[in-house]
Amino acid sequence: MKSKQHLKEKIIKNIFFLSSLSSILFLLGTSFILFKEGLPLFREIDLKTFLWGKSWYPTYNPPEFGLLPLLLGTLWTTLGALIIAVPLGVSAAIYISELATPKIKDYLKLAIEMLTGVPSVIYGFLGIVVLGPWLQNLLDLPIGLCALTASLLLALMAIPTITSLSEEALFSVSKEYKEASYALGATRWETIIKVTVPAASSGISTAVLLGMGRVIGETMTVLMVAGGAAVIPHSFLQPVRTITATIALEMGETVVGSVHYYALFAIACVLFIISLALNLSADYFLYKFRRTSR
Amino acid sequence: MVDEILQSKNDLKMQIRNLNFYYGTHQVLKNINLNIKSNAITAIIGPSGCGKTTFIRTLNRMNDIILGIKIEGDILFDHKNIYDDDIDVVDIRRKIGMVFQRPNPFPKSIFENIAYGLKINNLTVNKGELRERVEIALRGAALWEEVKDRLNTSALDLSGGQQQRLCIARALAVQPKVILFDEPCSALDPIATAKIEELIQELKEKYTIVIVTHNMQQAARASDFTAFLMLGELVEFDITEKIFTNPSQKITEDYITGRFG
Repeated sequence: MKSKQHLKEKIIKNIFFLSSLSSILFLLGTSFILFKEGLPLFREIDLKTFLWGKSWYPTYNPPEFGLLPLLLGTLWTTLGALIIAVPLGVSAAIYISELATPKIKDYLKLAIEMLTGVPSVIYGFLGIVVLGPWLQNLLDLPIGLCALTASLLLALMAIPTITSLSEEALFSVSKEYKEASYALGATRWETIIKVTVPAASSGISTAVLLGMGRVIGETMTVLMVAGGAAVIPHSFLQPVRTITATIALEMGETVVGSVHYYALFAIACVLFIISLALNLSADYFLYKFRRTSR
Repeated sequence: MVDEILQSKNDLKMQIRNLNFYYGTHQVLKNINLNIKSNAITAIIGPSGCGKTTFIRTLNRMNDIILGIKIEGDILFDHKNIYDDDIDVVDIRRKIGMVFQRPNPFPKSIFENIAYGLKINNLTVNKGELRERVEIALRGAALWEEVKDRLNTSALDLSGGQQQRLCIARALAVQPKVILFDEPCSALDPIATAKIEELIQELKEKYTIVIVTHNMQQAARASDFTAFLMLGELVEFDITEKIFTNPSQKITEDYITGRFG
């Protein structure tokens, strides 16, 4: 009887163990397939041509598979989004965590949570119908769908992540630090800027990196509003194309096993590596933050 | 006896008059009257929850940060009420420094911990003076010799006792007149405690000291005056020797002899 009980416990334990293993299996499986389908590209073209290639013309004869325009398109829109989202998101977090009354705090947190839930296709839609034409008129552009439009919308998507995670980091800064600061004759503002924010800085870094991860992986919005031109960007006012948008656009048209097919997997590998690096650095800062905050 | 000693107004650094304090509707301090003498150590003792910490935090307006409090009465500092409308609370907190229960150095370097108060109050004009003032503060807290070779390492790497002395140095750096100690040794071992007590004795030459403690021996050996607080009321206030040898109230005697607490 007792051994039967024991066996049952053991089975249950192993079921849960396997469930927890599954996420690791999915991660390994995904990377295996990505690299298995991506690496054959380098039988056709060499790594250097791929990494430093300045043009992406998959349907030309002969086709060109240069990573640079797409990678820079991704980094360009991401950079633009962060320039907008980091100051806004962190300031909002400071307001919510340190300055707002409890009631306003609740409303703002709710609003930000709801912003997280907006499907990205809706942002794309807004970009095409409202923001794009508006920017086109305002800045007298030949086309309203450009890197700036994409960056603005991506910023909207990054802000909830950056705000809520930064707010958490600021909120968990020990009250004792703030009291020590006040007791030395610091004002509220001095305390926030010189004590609370620095004490939360690694937590805020985590927030920014995760916000960046959200933006880099975003597909639908940039596909709809970034303009779609696979050229190396020189300004925020020209159309660009990101890695994600390229994969989404072209995957349906390629023949399985063709050079183009392998090339799409190869750029997916690049994206995967960037995202992985971002998440690992975010984890590192989180670990650092947990160690210093008491 | 205490009234005779505390008669001369010039000797009084702080005077607490008819102080009432409420958290919401709950009254925590009830009509407290107390004089705090310059360059002396005044200890506040009493059982847990008697309002000691609340009381000491009214003296530099640290309770202002908390929502939903109400305060009545006067607290005079150099004969001026610190709760008057024209008082700059930031200036009050600089002049009346505070050391907390748990050592709470900032997660910055040792140097930056001391320099912080000097910088925000614009007390130094150049880097040389800043370094000098940091050194003076650390010497004042008997910490200089232990940390002079590692001023740029994190303050969080210091031991608990060193961290608390760093907090004292940090308070000294902004040149306060009064230093409030809220159970400064409650998180420390006996050796670190002895060092802090010794330091407090030295500090009274230059500063007026108020110390909250739950440790009766500490009050008895380290203070000049003792106030016994219970359930938010000031039961007895006298010179320390009198409180511990011949208290006038039965309840004070019961508390200091350990019959409750």
